[in-house]
Amino acid sequence: MSEHLPILQVVLPLLAAPLCVLLRQGGLVRWFASAVAWVTFAIAVVLLRATLGGAELSYAIGDWAPPIGIEYRVNLPSAFVAAVVAAIAAVVLTFDSRGSATRLAMRRRYLFYAAYLLCLAGLLGMAISGDAFNVFVFLEISSLATYSLVSIGKERRALMSAFSYLIMGTLGGTFFLLGVGMLYVQTGTLNMADLAQRLDAVSGTRTVSLGFALIVIGLSIKLAVFPLHQWLPNAYTYAPPKAAAFLAGTATKVSYWVLVRFVFLVFGASYAFDQMRLDLLLMPLSLLAMFVGALAAAYQRDLRRLLAYSSISQVGYMTLGFSFANREGLTAGLVHMLNHGLAKSALFLAVACIAYRAGTTDISALRGIGRRMPFTSLAFVIGGMSLVGVPGTAGFITKWHLVLAAFDRGLPAVGFAVLLSSLLAVAYVWRLVETAYFSSGDDGGRAGGGSPGGEPRAAVLEAPLGMLLPMTVLMAATVVFGLWTRYSAGIAGDAAAFLLGVAP
Amino acid sequence: MSAPAMGGHWVTWMIVLVLLIGLYTLIAHDNLIKKIMGLNIFQSAVVLLYVSMGTVTGGTPPVLLEPTAGVTEPVLYSNPVPHVLMLTAIVVGVAITALALAIVVRIQGAYGTIEEDEIGAIEMRHDEAQSRA
Amino acid sequence: MWVELLLLVLVVLVAVVIARLGDLFAAAMLTGIFSLLCAGLYTIMDAVDVAFTEAAVGAGITTVLFLGALGMTSTAERQQRFRWRPLLVVVLTGGALMWGTSDMPAFGDPAAPIHHHVEPEYLEGAASDIHVANVVTAVLASYRGYDTLGEVTVVFTAAVGVMLLLGRAAGGAARHWRRGADRSLGVSEGAAEPGELRDAPMLMREKPVLRVSVRLLIPFILLFALYVQAHGDFGPGGGFQAGVIFAAGLILFGLIFDPQAVARVFPPAVAETLIAVGVLLYGGTGVATLLLGGKFLDYDEFGLASGQHYGILAVELGVGIAVAATMVRLYFAFSALHPEDVVEPQ
Repeated sequence: MSEHLPILQVVLPLLAAPLCVLLRQGGLVRWFASAVAWVTFAIAVVLLRATLGGAELSYAIGDWAPPIGIEYRVNLPSAFVAAVVAAIAAVVLTFDSRGSATRLAMRRRYLFYAAYLLCLAGLLGMAISGDAFNVFVFLEISSLATYSLVSIGKERRALMSAFSYLIMGTLGGTFFLLGVGMLYVQTGTLNMADLAQRLDAVSGTRTVSLGFALIVIGLSIKLAVFPLHQWLPNAYTYAPPKAAAFLAGTATKVSYWVLVRFVFLVFGASYAFDQMRLDLLLMPLSLLAMFVGALAAAYQRDLRRLLAYSSISQVGYMTLGFSFANREGLTAGLVHMLNHGLAKSALFLAVACIAYRAGTTDISALRGIGRRMPFTSLAFVIGGMSLVGVPGTAGFITKWHLVLAAFDRGLPAVGFAVLLSSLLAVAYVWRLVETAYFSSGDDGGRAGGGSPGGEPRAAVLEAPLGMLLPMTVLMAATVVFGLWTRYSAGIAGDAAAFLLGVAP
Repeated sequence: MSAPAMGGHWVTWMIVLVLLIGLYTLIAHDNLIKKIMGLNIFQSAVVLLYVSMGTVTGGTPPVLLEPTAGVTEPVLYSNPVPHVLMLTAIVVGVAITALALAIVVRIQGAYGTIEEDEIGAIEMRHDEAQSRA
Repeated sequence: MWVELLLLVLVVLVAVVIARLGDLFAAAMLTGIFSLLCAGLYTIMDAVDVAFTEAAVGAGITTVLFLGALGMTSTAERQQRFRWRPLLVVVLTGGALMWGTSDMPAFGDPAAPIHHHVEPEYLEGAASDIHVANVVTAVLASYRGYDTLGEVTVVFTAAVGVMLLLGRAAGGAARHWRRGADRSLGVSEGAAEPGELRDAPMLMREKPVLRVSVRLLIPFILLFALYVQAHGDFGPGGGFQAGVIFAAGLILFGLIFDPQAVARVFPPAVAETLIAVGVLLYGGTGVATLLLGGKFLDYDEFGLASGQHYGILAVELGVGIAVAATMVRLYFAFSALHPEDVVEPQ
């Protein structure tokens, strides 16, 4: 059966979704969906182990040899991405949101889990598919599921956020489809490996240049590259917390990987960077994203919105690493998928805990939350430190490689910009630290906002264990991967070597 | 049927024009349902473009014909691959339309309007009222 | 060539009118015309399957969805003022697209690369490996059958999303159902809220011509759907088109008479179950080939002689069931809103 693992990894959550609809019973579906997500994660780990030596697994669906049939191609970077996505999906799904997450009636909750699994299947399919059109199909599966998940957030703004996301996302997806069409019309193939071979002969055509531009723009919308990021802050702010934690940790990462895959494994680095000069566009935009995102985050009043804007800045780090087009840079970009994914998902879960107990995510209403919810607040601070890139957290590893990459490329100024942007991150993380620990809880009553009990010493009232545990797991991973990088930066480094075609 | 006489790309560029009309409707209009109509036109243009790639002058639809006695010349078929891809794309399109319309119906219920700028104004007033409170 | 250009000019004109029209009801009807014109173009360009689907989906289902949504929102668009920035984006995009496509193979060029790589193997294989005359069906259901599983999943995902948003129409709720139905697709009973609905002096079910013709048509529509379902191997058609046509028959009945009558024959809960069953039938076919020791969706495992046939039959049936059920379920969602399911957010 092990040869079928690549397809099972995607088909398992995909077919579990209609089973959720058949089971229909809310509590049952929740356990079923969690079990499926964990098995999917286990498959992803096995596949990752199989590709550690640099092997590539090809699975010909329908037993039609590629390029006639559709191929799943699992290599080290795609297995790594799939493992990150599956891990976050499984841990977040275990989070018990206690019915506070959406405005769904209890008896329709099974639809939430169906959409969640569909989104997971779509993301995994995007990550490992070796067929350009098949990537589009799975991109739309994950996108439609995402819009649905966002739209059921509690506030009415979730609806408008979902609509804007749908419009932007569909534009991105359709641009991507159009770009694939441009490549197809010049080569006659949709298989990525086959495309890579056949593109050389026609790489001078305008059609292929247009295809390249459309694919880059389409995916840049999906991965929220500045200035195409406008859909992101609202979508992550108003989505149900559980969905936000899942999406913030995974969705943009997979689009990032698809872009990296197209650039390095389809177009080739020399076409993208020497001929099309992608770096000239991407590097300034990444730098802008890092600063604008962090600056905007520092001015937010809502905790969820702060995290959402910080995501724009963090996507900037990923695309910056990519734009260096060298090994250190790619290592940074790839490992940041894991490092940022873990931290951001954990932070959104922490916010969900806070929202559950405090009834608000307005920062000014959270004075003294550090004493009332010490554990959650501590977790939040650790996650924030990872966003800043404090040594000992996973975020530091990314920044370390980014700075190395900048010096490798002979661009020390960019390296300093990375450090400078970290200072801005300190500004937005500090805002919460200050509110949580250094402003006394007794004026919480004046701030309004539902802080229960105005006594000077508010009782400790932590979130329930079903919430704390998944958050703790992700947060612990953030620290572990900050100290021990064999399976994070180590794999990312080998993956970068694989993409660049050099010996690991 | 004289393809070269038309310069070869007129069909493509007319389709691009359709695409642009859809794109403009999508981004310039405030009415959400009109936006979705623009999105539909935009996606239809992409389908048209793909299908036009598959056309072979003098070809027949890709449904294999029984060999006819006396005819030795091979039949020229149009390319079925873009057709297959676009069947999927049309389905994706209608799926997106359905979901978008469902969201719009709920937006009407929540805001009493489906004009984007009016919704923005409502939210702005809401925010101001909250920050004063 | 001239027919193509004429139709394209019409498509452009209709698109412009749709964009300009302030009456959304009329614009929705025109999207139907737009789709029919596109279907005409696809036919001329030899894409008969695409034309079939576009006619059924674009002119049929999409229009019904628009009308349903309009029934629940408002049909007048406020005057849209002109904007420069979108125009700039559009001009830039247009320039890039025209520049980029200028060295594309010319329209109809038989020497274009896409006709000489991979595609010839489909044309040969459809006859020799799959024994199916319609090459589109061979590619759709077998060579690229996994894309089609994805396509059914997309439909399923949209259904899940719409059900999340527009409430569950199962059981009970007859009172709300009645009201919701009259407020939308069944056309109003006259005295609805002002400004929300167009004037409808007479219910459609009171018009004798419509009543009689619909009653006569529906059996044929449903029969035709079954024919299309079975005929996909030999000519244009297949599960998707069949599913849409089958649903269209039921929706037509609901439009003219009463959505509730459709709901009695085809309850929403059953539709919901069947969507899942359809997807599982398709995916299950793949799992079956796995269990028989082959690759996912390798129909040869069902027997070398006619395994491909059985496989295609099974997955097309899955597509047909899922699509028909989805379309009916979407119609229900857009013809009745259930207040007890939908808690308006603050």
